[in-house]
Amino acid sequence: MNVQAAWAVLDLVPDPEVPALSLRDLGIVRDVRAEGSGLQVVLTPTYSGCPATEVIERSVIDALDGAGLGPTRVTMQRAPAWTTDWISEAGKRKLREYGIAPPGPVAAGQGAPIRILRRTEAVACPRCGSARTERLSAFGSTACKALHRCLDCREPFEHFKPI
Amino acid sequence: MTASISLNFTPQVEYLLRIADTCLILGQRLGEWCGHAPVLEEDIALTNVALDLIGQTRALLTRAGQIEGQGRDRTLDEDQLAFLRDERDYRNLTMAELPRGDFAFTVLRNLVLGTWLKLHWDRLQQSSDAELAAIAGKAVKEARYHQQHAADWLVRLADGTDESRRRVEKALAELWRFVPEMFAADAIDDAAVASGLGPARSALREAWQAEIAAVFDAARLAAPAEAAFRSTGTLGVHSEHLGRMLAEMQFLQRSFPGGAW
Repeated sequence: MNVQAAWAVLDLVPDPEVPALSLRDLGIVRDVRAEGSGLQVVLTPTYSGCPATEVIERSVIDALDGAGLGPTRVTMQRAPAWTTDWISEAGKRKLREYGIAPPGPVAAGQGAPIRILRRTEAVACPRCGSARTERLSAFGSTACKALHRCLDCREPFEHFKPI
Repeated sequence: MTASISLNFTPQVEYLLRIADTCLILGQRLGEWCGHAPVLEEDIALTNVALDLIGQTRALLTRAGQIEGQGRDRTLDEDQLAFLRDERDYRNLTMAELPRGDFAFTVLRNLVLGTWLKLHWDRLQQSSDAELAAIAGKAVKEARYHQQHAADWLVRLADGTDESRRRVEKALAELWRFVPEMFAADAIDDAAVASGLGPARSALREAWQAEIAAVFDAARLAAPAEAAFRSTGTLGVHSEHLGRMLAEMQFLQRSFPGGAW
């Protein structure tokens, strides 16, 4: 029972850097288990150097303890590595509505040597939907995003990079 | 002043430190660009790459500390390993510690070392050490973006103005003598191969050359001939530049042990 309730609570805990998404939308909650009278939550990091990791851990504990489901213990599990493919459909929709172009599917061939000078990637503008966009920078305000510009509505926007 | 820690340098620990320290020191050098990059986007990009590298370092140093502490009554943590070692106990590639130089130098170094690191992460996903394999599974995805970023910029600079081209060529001449160290063979690598911990650097040379050649072709650059010079950072014998960096890097933890904010 507590486990189900915990998932519902985690659906409401926002990601600190992209608050439009809940931790559950983001796909970083790997497991919730009953443990004694409380819970164990297994999280997976997004990026190795993501500075939000510790904040996320804290907010999970605060939310679940606050909902009376604790004591909560958070553990991190690295493998298999998190991928943007784990962002839920609802999460992708929320990203678009928030003004961030959601990630496309991670290419199956990513294990192969990367293509040097891959120039074109059609990222649709989250504002007007145009596919005529260009990348301004591979790294945006956070490591997980790139900066793009729409050539039709002229608005800059961020793209959640597939990884 | 906090005393330096002393380590039990097993081949396994040393193997991990070579990769961890290369990430750490390169990450520190890239962090120096914060507020100094030629354009805002690059300021953000270089520090984002630095952040990934420091994150990878944290995981690797934590693992190195666990392995180093096996059978001992203490385990060194990531901060102790990052901040309380003497200069000779760092095992990074010498290239990583060279001063940050100009933007062309930084871009070229990021490509050269970023490709080397990416190839390591790719192979380390099959490490016999499950934790190292897990770290690599995450890091390889990040490293691909780093390599791509450096490759794009190198072509842009080499194919840009006379000035940007001149700077790329100058960077190439300065950096190239530090390349042989990246593929040197020794007993530590042999042990890593034997135990399945990870690849020998020397085994990555061909793949590295092929990927670099693809970028150099697009940039109309030719790799210089191999020099006789051999740098020795991975053996703990560094250039004059590392000590100065460490003095600044370690100052806070040495003066305020365990300091946090």
